[in-house]
Amino acid sequence: MSFLNFLISGISLGSIYAIIALGYTMVYGIAKMLNFAHGDVIMVGAYICFFAVSSYGLPPVVGILGAVVVCTILGMAVERLAYKPLRQAPSLAVLITAIGVSYFLQNSALLLWSSNPKMFPAFFTLGNAEAGEEVTNSLRLFDGQLTISYVTIVTIITCLVIMIGLMAFISQTKMGKAMRACSEDKGAAQLMGINVDGTISMTFAIGSGLAAIAGVLLCSAYPTLVPTTGSMPGIKAFTAAVFGGIGSIPGAFLGGLLLGVIETFAKAYISMQLSDAIVFGVLIVVLLVKPAGLLGKQMREKV
Amino acid sequence: MAYFKKLGKTARRNYLTYGLVILAFVILQVMMGSLSSSLKGMLVPICAYVVMAVSLNLTVGILGELSLGHAGFMSVGAFMGVVAAASLQEIIPFAPVRLAISMVVGAAFAAVAGFLIGIPVLRLKGDYLAIVTLAFGEIIKTIFTNLYVGLDGSGLHMSLLEDKTDLAEGGKLIIAGPMGMGGIQKISTFSAGFVLVMVTLLIVFNLVKSRDGRAIMAIRDNRIAAESIGINITKYKMIAFVTSAALAGAAGTLFAMNYSTIVATKFDFNTSILVLVFVVLGGLGNMLGSIIAAAVLTILPEALRQFADYRMLVYAIVLILVMLATNNPTLRAYLDRFKNKFRRRNSKKEAV
Repeated sequence: MSFLNFLISGISLGSIYAIIALGYTMVYGIAKMLNFAHGDVIMVGAYICFFAVSSYGLPPVVGILGAVVVCTILGMAVERLAYKPLRQAPSLAVLITAIGVSYFLQNSALLLWSSNPKMFPAFFTLGNAEAGEEVTNSLRLFDGQLTISYVTIVTIITCLVIMIGLMAFISQTKMGKAMRACSEDKGAAQLMGINVDGTISMTFAIGSGLAAIAGVLLCSAYPTLVPTTGSMPGIKAFTAAVFGGIGSIPGAFLGGLLLGVIETFAKAYISMQLSDAIVFGVLIVVLLVKPAGLLGKQMREKV
Repeated sequence: MAYFKKLGKTARRNYLTYGLVILAFVILQVMMGSLSSSLKGMLVPICAYVVMAVSLNLTVGILGELSLGHAGFMSVGAFMGVVAAASLQEIIPFAPVRLAISMVVGAAFAAVAGFLIGIPVLRLKGDYLAIVTLAFGEIIKTIFTNLYVGLDGSGLHMSLLEDKTDLAEGGKLIIAGPMGMGGIQKISTFSAGFVLVMVTLLIVFNLVKSRDGRAIMAIRDNRIAAESIGINITKYKMIAFVTSAALAGAAGTLFAMNYSTIVATKFDFNTSILVLVFVVLGGLGNMLGSIIAAAVLTILPEALRQFADYRMLVYAIVLILVMLATNNPTLRAYLDRFKNKFRRRNSKKEAV
C-alpha cells in the first residue's frame, strides 16, 4: 500500500512540475528562450492568492482567478518590457535579462511581503466546520491504509484538464495554429500574415496564467510561502521540460510526471538527502541516450 | 614603444589586461590603510570571482558552450583545497606555500571532476549541454552537503550520508555534512588572490593564443567546418572544459580559505548564474571585460548599501537595463549617436 501512496504523491508532485514545465516549454518552443523568471511568476501567483484569501477574505475560487489574472498580466508586461526589445539579440543576452527579471521579482516580493514565511491556507477540504461537521483534507481508503489528500486529487485532475485543453487549443484554434507556425519558422510565419509579436505575447500570457495555477497547487501541497518558493520547483520543472524534450507539450507533461515520481520514489526508497542528485542523475542518463529528450524532435543538421 | 606597435591587436589587449590588473593591485596595496573594512574583506572574494569569470569565459566565450554549473567546480576546489590545507598543516607550517599547494590540489580535483563530467556533457549541444552542467552542479552540491571527512593520526576518513568517520582521539572533522566546513584557517590573502588572477590570465591567454586555442575557437565558430579539416572536436572541447574547471577549482580554494566556515549550498545554481552574469556583461571572449564586470558587480551590492533594502532590487534593474542598453538595436543606435558626436568633437580638437 505504501508503494501506491508514494506513486500517487509522486504523480501529484509531477503534475505540478508538468504545469510549470508547460510554461517553459511553450516559451522555448515559440520564442526560443529560456525564461528563468518563470519560477518566480509561480511565487507571485501564490502570494496573490494567499493575500486575496487570507487578508481580504475572498473565496478561494476568486483568489485563484485573481492570481491567474495578475500573473497573466505580469507575464505579458515582462515580455513587453524586458524580452521584446531583445528579439534580435543573442540568446545569452536574453537569458541574462531573464535572470535579471527573476532577481527583480524575488526582491520585489521580499520588499512587498517580507521574508517571513506565510502559511498557505488549506483550500481543499470537505465538510463545514461551522455546521459542526468534521473537516477532512484527505480521502481514506481501505481502512485508512491508503490516504489521498484532496489537494492531490485536485492537482492531478487540474493537470489533466490543462493538458487536454492546451492540446486542443494548439491543434484546433487559429491562435494555436499561429503558435505552431511561429515555432517552426518565425520569418515565414510573419510572411504568411501571422502577428508574431502577438503570438509570443499570447504564449507568455498562457504560460504565466498556468504558473499561477501551479503556484496555488504547489503551496496547497507544501504550504510554506517565501519569496524564493518558486526557484527550486522552477529549476526542477525546467529539468522536466528538457527531460521530455523541450518545445514539446506532451513531452513537458511526461517529463514532469516522471520527474515527480522519480523524486518521490528516490526520497522514499533510496535516500532523503540524495533525492535531488538522483533526479538529476536520471536526467543526465536520459539525455545521453536520447539527446533531445524523451519526446523531442531530433533536428537534422544541414551542412 | 616600437615593440608594442609591432604587436597584434590581441597581444596589445592582453598586455593591457595584465597591466591594468597589476595597476589595480598596486593602487589597492597603497590605499590599503584607507579602505573600509567591508571593502577590505571583499578583496579576496573579488579575486576568486575574477578567476571564476575568466575561467567560465573560456568555456562560454572561447569554446562557445553555455555552462550553468561552474560553481560546482568551485565547490570541488573549495572542499578538496581545505581538506588538503588541513592535512598539510603540520607538514608545511609556512602558510603561503600551504595555500599554493592546496590550490593545486583543489585545481587537480576540479580538473578530474571536469574531465569526468566532460565525457558525457561534451557530447551534447546547446541548451541540453547547459541543463546537464546545471544538473552536475546540483549533484556536486548534494554530495558535498552529505559528505563527512575527518582527519586523525591514521589519516583521512570519509563517509557519505552519515558520520561514520569514527575518528581516533585528537581527530578533527573537516567536512561535517550539512554543517559544511568549520574552523578553516584563513590563509587566503589579497596578494595570493592577485597571483592567482595573474596565473589564470597567463594560462588562458596562452591557451587562446596557441594552436590548441585556435582549434577551440574554430570549433566555436563552425563545428562542422572544423571537423571537416581534421580537428579532433572532443579533444579540444575537453582541453578548454578541463582547464576552465581546474581554474575554477583554484578559485574555490582561494575563496574558501578566506572564511572560517563554508557550506556546500554556497556554491549553488545562483552562484553559477552570478558568474555567468559577469561573463556576459563583460563580453563573451573578452577577459578584461570579465575582470571588470566581476569586480564591479561584486562591489555593487556593497556600494548600493545606501539603498538599504532596495539594493538587490536596484541591482536587478541595473542588470536588465544594461542588457537592454547593450543589445537593443534602437537603444544602441541612440547611444552610438552620442559616441559619434563625442568622437567627432575629439577629432576636431586633435585637428586644431
